[in-house]
Amino acid sequence: MLRPKRFYGKGLPGVALDQLRGQLIVVEGADGSGRSTQIDMLRNWLERRGSPTVNVGLKRSMLVSRELEQAMQGNILGTRTLSLFYATDFADQLENRIIPALRSGFIVLADRYIYTLMSRAIVRGVERAWIRDVYSIALVPDAVFYLAVSPKILVERNLRKHAVLDYWESGMDMHRSSSMYSSFIEYQRLIQKEFRAMQEHYGFETINGNRSPRAIQNELRAKIEVILNGKSGLVEEESDDSNREERIARAITTFADGSEGDQPPLRR
Amino acid sequence: MTETEAGKLVAVEGLDGSGKSTQVYLLKRWLELDGYKVFFTEWNSSAIVRKATRKGKKRQLLTSTTFSLIHSTDFADRYERQILPLLNAGYIVLADRYVFTAFARDAVRGCDRDWIRKLYSFAIKPDVTFYFDVPLKTALSRILDGRTRVKYHEAGMDMGYSKDPYESFRIFQGKIYNEYRRMVREYDFIRIDAEEPPDVQQAKVREILEMKIDLPRYRWHGSIYPQHTP
Repeated sequence: MLRPKRFYGKGLPGVALDQLRGQLIVVEGADGSGRSTQIDMLRNWLERRGSPTVNVGLKRSMLVSRELEQAMQGNILGTRTLSLFYATDFADQLENRIIPALRSGFIVLADRYIYTLMSRAIVRGVERAWIRDVYSIALVPDAVFYLAVSPKILVERNLRKHAVLDYWESGMDMHRSSSMYSSFIEYQRLIQKEFRAMQEHYGFETINGNRSPRAIQNELRAKIEVILNGKSGLVEEESDDSNREERIARAITTFADGSEGDQPPLRR
Repeated sequence: MTETEAGKLVAVEGLDGSGKSTQVYLLKRWLELDGYKVFFTEWNSSAIVRKATRKGKKRQLLTSTTFSLIHSTDFADRYERQILPLLNAGYIVLADRYVFTAFARDAVRGCDRDWIRKLYSFAIKPDVTFYFDVPLKTALSRILDGRTRVKYHEAGMDMGYSKDPYESFRIFQGKIYNEYRRMVREYDFIRIDAEEPPDVQQAKVREILEMKIDLPRYRWHGSIYPQHTP
């Protein structure tokens, strides 16, 4: 039996939780942690298995994504306002994309979820209790994987890819250092500390993201396999399901072959 | 809700058609013409957020939760950038609708009352909250007489009470009225009988304000260039 769905708090009005047949899988991590790459690979793997998927992420709601982007360009909103703007974006996607997809039995792959939003707000001085209450409307995911990557490696990956560090991911709005490099490292450390603190409360799984994409993907697939087979808990149990082992092995080989011909272009 | 800063916060609440906007306008005119530091702010008026709200309403994209969150974003923007700094600077801030409007409307739309209150828990409690109390019938006739149509959300059409906008409006406003009545004691609203003539109401409002606030402290005095020598 799959674990029944629940909200963190009172949740959304008018949602019948027992009708949500799909699975919500969240991948969290900083820019450069390999989140998007991992999600793209998971999507190929799941769709090859025959499971329909839906991708969601931050700032992608129909309701406010454009307005939110504009406001961030000007950097004119206060911390609390920005938090609530993001919460609106999240709620719109939760109600109009995530929940309908789960109702139809899709696997929802979330490129970040409330944890990034909460940690960003908290390191900028918003009270933990308040932001938790705001996000008590959120659905508890079936699995949350946090790709932890050391800040130094994050810098290298970001610079190699874009030759520039992102203003917000470097916490430049916090004015902790005029050096973008130092600010990035310090900001990412603060965020990671917050994630570690949240881990106890929200119980998500930390994945060592310093490794190769393949190694990470193999670990994710094995863990997701367990969840999809209806066994709650993320610890590998002794299993007589030889099929399952075979499937994992096949998935791993498939990926090792690099035969991911239908992989969509990587999102930024 | 926390306590206020150097300035004073005065909120007005009431149903659409209670006449509260007229009363707060007159209050503002009195204070500014008599030389007080006064600032006026209106519900749902942050320039940045309003665009998103308008789109959401127009295309009917909003649910009770996103309706609530987008209004709280609007409020937070006005709060962080205007209300709070102006209170810190010793202004009298007049708010045409405050968090109580969200408490009433969002609860009617089905949001959890406790969640809504927590959402707005960062907002300070007003020093004075005037509640313009008017029987539902009077409010409805003031709004509906001489109006050709009521707006979709104003009428609560999103709630599906009735296909007829006027009937829907009646039902929706009735429910909001009940929410306000629940809050009168909880939040120390000062009740003003909104059926009295406007000038009588305004005289009462001014009298109460003079009792509650040491007004002379909020007068403009001195120069904004104190070091300036001619």
